[in-house]
Amino acid sequence: MRSIAFFLAGLVLTLPALAAGGGSYEAANTQVGNPAALQRGAAMYMNYCAGCHSLKYMRWSRLAADLGLTEEQVMANLVFSDAKFGDTIGVAIPPADGTAWFGKAPPDLSLVARSRGVDWIYTYLKSFYVDPTAGVGWNNTVFPNASMPHVLWELQGVQEARFGEVAADGSGPVVEQLELVRPGLLDPGQYQAAIRDLTSFLQYVGEPAVLKRQALGVWVLLYLALFTLIAWLLKREYWKDVH
Amino acid sequence: MAGPSNPTAVPAKGLVGWIEQRLPIFSFTRAHTSDYYAPKNFNVWYYFGSLAMLMLVNQIVTGIWLTMNFKPSAAEAFASVEYIMRDVDWGWLIRYMHSTGASLFFVVVYLHMFRALLYGSYKKPRELLWVLGMFIYLALMAEAFMGYVLPWGQMSGWGAQVIISLFGAIPGIGEGLVEFIRGDYLISDATLNRFFALHVIALPLVLLLLVVLHLGALHTVGSNNPDGVEIKQGPKGNRWSADAPSDGIPFHPYYTVKDLVGVGFFLMLMAFIIFFEPTFGGLFLEKDNFVPYDPLVTPEHIVPVWYFTPYYAMLRVIPDKLFGVIVMFAAIAVLFLLPWLDRTPVRSWRYRGGLYKIALGLFALSFVWLGKIGGGPGTDPVETQIGRLLTALYFAYFVFLFVYTHFGFEKTKPVPERVTSHD
Repeated sequence: MRSIAFFLAGLVLTLPALAAGGGSYEAANTQVGNPAALQRGAAMYMNYCAGCHSLKYMRWSRLAADLGLTEEQVMANLVFSDAKFGDTIGVAIPPADGTAWFGKAPPDLSLVARSRGVDWIYTYLKSFYVDPTAGVGWNNTVFPNASMPHVLWELQGVQEARFGEVAADGSGPVVEQLELVRPGLLDPGQYQAAIRDLTSFLQYVGEPAVLKRQALGVWVLLYLALFTLIAWLLKREYWKDVH
Repeated sequence: MAGPSNPTAVPAKGLVGWIEQRLPIFSFTRAHTSDYYAPKNFNVWYYFGSLAMLMLVNQIVTGIWLTMNFKPSAAEAFASVEYIMRDVDWGWLIRYMHSTGASLFFVVVYLHMFRALLYGSYKKPRELLWVLGMFIYLALMAEAFMGYVLPWGQMSGWGAQVIISLFGAIPGIGEGLVEFIRGDYLISDATLNRFFALHVIALPLVLLLLVVLHLGALHTVGSNNPDGVEIKQGPKGNRWSADAPSDGIPFHPYYTVKDLVGVGFFLMLMAFIIFFEPTFGGLFLEKDNFVPYDPLVTPEHIVPVWYFTPYYAMLRVIPDKLFGVIVMFAAIAVLFLLPWLDRTPVRSWRYRGGLYKIALGLFALSFVWLGKIGGGPGTDPVETQIGRLLTALYFAYFVFLFVYTHFGFEKTKPVPERVTSHD
């Protein structure tokens, strides 16, 4: 009995760790349970990202309900197109233009937090640097040669890369660190807080159910604990006469 | 059963009697519940049979509701899954119950199978019971594989590409067979459509039929137990019946209430995953599967879901494709032969030789470790060598078992006359 409990507990605890692996990104420490953070993140997304990146599985009406906003607030402050309240969140630019301007149409970001993970998004948004050799004038250490310019440069400021030595095998030079050469509207702490909100918002968009499933899960587990207790008492009563 | 005074006999009068005389469902139900005598010493390993049934029901019920909103077409499948996750009331819960249930089904089935190894439950007279169970395992693997293709994410499409192409290694008919399975020259709408048909109708029917046969065989030969004592050959007579085994107790109510406790604990584990870690760190729902299938973009690592990774590791560590495929299928096929490879009449590991215990431990270790290797990127050459060693160890178990037991090397301990305890 005890051995199998240990076995199952070990399985539950170690498997996600085994599966995680992958590259090392800075912890996003998202606050998906904080409505104010999600509202700020939504505002930032609609102002800086939604021009090119759709959220095609997310409805404005669902966004309003989940973030505690009214239809008027959403339609007046977040919707910059002629979209209806029940529509999904589209883009302003036609895909053909996106392909022409950036080489490929900017991807839909409904599920980016699911496929890349929140830490990736957070680190990506911190890791742009000026690169005159890149087509869009910017490069990124997390996603080298990304075809996206640094849309948030006004907020973060301008970073330049400091390169290391060319390696013996001819590869490199590798970016060793990024240096802020021109401050932006936000200081680094404020910028990190802002992109943390944006990342939290994308986490919510990737799985809107995240807002309710954890709160509900507590009650489900309490119910099941009570059920198990009663089942155990019943079993003990029935088994009294088995020797 | 014990004559006219039996208070539990099916009434001969009234509506129940009328039905019973025309269709004996009441006596049938009784024969398989309160008149089915199970050994009284089942331990925790014996929960997993009923839990596997629970998972089967969970998969069928949640599957029905998923089918109501899922669109089995390459153009719509991915979006329809997101529709279920977002716009269908409680759709996210139904899908997480289905995806978590699929993985937990395999957890339970693997533990159920290992229980059979621990206590020799595959041995005479339970050979057919074991073989039927193996067919359930095979059907379950096919069912799970096809189900994983349906959301039409990157891992769905590329996983299908890898698994189906395995059949291409068969000389002569390989290429034609692959085309026949796909229904096209590549993984396409036709593949998704037929996998949907097989996943929601054909294989569930096969599974249900096999489960009925598995239970029929079980109730014919009777359950084994942790001591491996045959209670039908022991003394007769207990409180409920004069001709039932003395070490047996009625399955209902004793094991129905006991299994209810197991169900409670198990559902707590399942609910914890569903509500707090539904992707299980990318093991139950892989990250790449949140990207729609794109035949032009190969994912960095193509890795099947965790329950296939031990076999996938064997395939990957063997350099030759055809040989790898043969080894992989042989790893499953050899399990069918277990009742005839193990010649020792003693069932339970409690009374078996020390080398048997070590061999069984190494066998379990090789399977779990291969699973870990198969779930990784497969780029580490040291790990590949370890994988080859573990594959050899996996098959060595069966060779060892036959030699050890056929030539009488095993020194067993005396098996008690009666079951020893219950918990």
